[in-house]
Amino acid sequence: MTELPAVFILAGLAAYTVLAGADFGAGLWTLLAGAGRASRTATRDHARHAMGPVWEANHVWLVFVLVVCWTAYPVAFGSITSTLAVPLFIAAVGIILRGASYALRGQLEESSGRRPIENLFAVSSILTPFALGTVVGGIASGRVPVGNAAGDLLTSWLNPTSILVGALAVATGAYLAAVYLAADAHRLGARILERDFRTRALAAGLCAGALALGGLVVVRQDAPELYHGLTRGGGAAMVAISIAAGVATLALVWRDHFGAARASAALAVAAIVAGWAFAQHPRFLPGLTIEQAAASRSTLVAVITAVAVGAVVLVPSLILLFRLFLRGHLDPASSTVDHAAAPARAGRRRFPLAAFAGVTLVAGLGLTLLTDPGWFLAAGVACLVAAAVATFGLAATADPRQ
Amino acid sequence: MSGADRGGGSDVIEDYLLEARQMQALSLAVHIPLVCFGIALPALVLFCEWRYLRTGDRLYRALARRWSKVMLALFAVGVVTGTILSFELGLLWPEFMARFANVFGLGFTLEGFSFFVEAIFIGIYVYGWDRLSPRLHFLSGVPIALAGVAGSLFVISVNGWMNRPGGFTLRDGRAVAEDPWKALFGNSYLWHEFVHMYFAGYIVTGFLLATPYAWGYLRGRRDRYHRTALAVALSAAAVAAPLQVVIGDWAAREVAHHQPVKLAAMEGLAQTRSGAPVHVLGWYDGHEVEYGIAIPKLLSLLAHHDPDATIQGLDAVAVDDQPPVNVVRYAFQTMVGIGVLLALISLVYLYVRLRRHRLPRSSWFYRAVVVAGPLSVVALIAGWITTEVGRQPWIVYGVMRTSEAVTGASGIPVGYATLVTVYIGLAAGVGWLLHRFSRVPLEADWDD
Repeated sequence: MTELPAVFILAGLAAYTVLAGADFGAGLWTLLAGAGRASRTATRDHARHAMGPVWEANHVWLVFVLVVCWTAYPVAFGSITSTLAVPLFIAAVGIILRGASYALRGQLEESSGRRPIENLFAVSSILTPFALGTVVGGIASGRVPVGNAAGDLLTSWLNPTSILVGALAVATGAYLAAVYLAADAHRLGARILERDFRTRALAAGLCAGALALGGLVVVRQDAPELYHGLTRGGGAAMVAISIAAGVATLALVWRDHFGAARASAALAVAAIVAGWAFAQHPRFLPGLTIEQAAASRSTLVAVITAVAVGAVVLVPSLILLFRLFLRGHLDPASSTVDHAAAPARAGRRRFPLAAFAGVTLVAGLGLTLLTDPGWFLAAGVACLVAAAVATFGLAATADPRQ
Repeated sequence: MSGADRGGGSDVIEDYLLEARQMQALSLAVHIPLVCFGIALPALVLFCEWRYLRTGDRLYRALARRWSKVMLALFAVGVVTGTILSFELGLLWPEFMARFANVFGLGFTLEGFSFFVEAIFIGIYVYGWDRLSPRLHFLSGVPIALAGVAGSLFVISVNGWMNRPGGFTLRDGRAVAEDPWKALFGNSYLWHEFVHMYFAGYIVTGFLLATPYAWGYLRGRRDRYHRTALAVALSAAAVAAPLQVVIGDWAAREVAHHQPVKLAAMEGLAQTRSGAPVHVLGWYDGHEVEYGIAIPKLLSLLAHHDPDATIQGLDAVAVDDQPPVNVVRYAFQTMVGIGVLLALISLVYLYVRLRRHRLPRSSWFYRAVVVAGPLSVVALIAGWITTEVGRQPWIVYGVMRTSEAVTGASGIPVGYATLVTVYIGLAAGVGWLLHRFSRVPLEADWDD
């Protein structure tokens, strides 16, 4: 049971890498938009529109990872955030700049303030995954001791493994984004954009693959324990899956099977996250296993219950979102639905509503003001809310005369 | 911290602690107004869409559509400022998280899920205007409204717990949770905080939404679209603002009962006494309120509904355990002062709207509404300052001091300066965005 929340965290981290990582990558491609055959504007608009409906949901995976981590493994969380405060802060600033520039950009169809905002968006899209990658590198290479800021504030994230993971985070994001954007362009029938992103996907895939494999040499030197884990048992299996899925993706993209490439690219990246987990298991931080880091039983039960119940709501919602999104139901386009509304129904019963508002108001005031906290007071507050809703109904529905 | 080790070194820590607190306060102050929109705006957008579906009046569709774009932009900013807050909990208060997150963390886990639901359906709703059938589109908005309310409930449950902690035992200074559900949701402190914030959500959203339309009204834009927008926004704020006074009375009684030191700081009551007065304005000099206008017995009346009730003074606890009185006092008075003003504006509006079936005609009314939007935000922040600074010097009330929770990492000043710069840029950006937005011609939302 002590490990189940860690599984949630890893699943969340994998989802964040695969989904939000691609959004970061899309930001990177807006910076390199001039290189393709499609116009710079067309490329940027394509990248931006493709993440429009989903980027908030993708981003929430990070919040999910944080909250499960601090609830289930509080001591480890406090140690990580205090020692790795600098890269986490850089990531935080990157997230603000990125979100703000995205929200701003969406409102500016043709304006002179556009370029700097787009560049800000692109730069923060590189900075944020890099900083988060260095955090993972710091944890994976065992540089975060237990305690309040007990580790080195700089070398805990400015070290070969961290920089490797940071670069890998940027590269895999770019790769995922290129694959997804090629698939979106294919669906929209935008041939030139599709060709551009196909080329980009192939190039970025090769880069990310080379970086990941070459990185093993760095890890061997810098973090032997991690290397040991990645080359044996479950870790090695995951690395193998990642390589196989990566190669498969290149082949699928080459042959223009973008739908399948989307899935295999995601698998290649998710397998890296899983490989890291296998390599570290059961160590969380130096001298702290997952079991030692775990909170008390009642907390773990509560977290697992919350996640299980939450998943019942979340999974169908996510499936709905991505089905609508991938089938183009959320694409910017002209109307496809007939907006003939229901026929107007005339005549409203205003008097009973006014009487209801009056009665609940008097009852609510009496109960709330005159009773001590308890069920009567709660009933009073409920009456006040009912009175407010009824009054709103009276005040907001009638056509206001001048 | 005992008196003995308060040397030069601990002064540095105190400065540093203050900066960490200010940094957290700044981030909260940026995020909380956005939470108000998360609570109230989806309901108002859905109300407009429901009116459209019922009456077929396309004006309401245009209104819902336009406000849904504002909702999305504000949600996007809220997502990032909310993420910053969760980062800061770890970055600034690692000891607090390490020792107590196993008790209250559940609230944030639940909030994470409602955040998810909100993010998913806001994407479907705002991007689905032209693609989904009207009924399905309306239904896709309902989870946004529910998740906005649930999310704020979960976060406030954590704040309620910090103010009235329970549900754990201490082992080596670390909490061991007994029942996190009961600790968060069986806590009576949650409910008045939540209801108070829920009403505040409607007040802030309603008045802020009305502000640009009131400005337009003063400049002659008085067509049916503008009048309807004003009526919906002002009605939302106006039904909440007068009742907030009653909810506030409930909150004050809870504070008087569970956190008497906070109540004493809100008034600047140095000594325990019966028939305690309230002083309006003035300055607390460490012993009494100077230059204030005293209203006899009012504090006893408000706190216990009895003019002769005994109220505990600040002297009941050591000076080290007292919050900064003048900050709490002025924040409280600001909130109450603005709250009363907003309630009066609301009553004028409701009277004219319900008795005369029209909007007020006086220019002064609309000038007041233009000011009421920003003022409602000031009151909101002042209210949170009252409860959070009033909680000091504790981060977990009566259990852990804020100074014990702060990070050991250096560099807080650099982080603070960076964050201030970024947030000033963000504020300018959002202001500019809303300004531009109000200039986009209406046709964009009317018939596409």
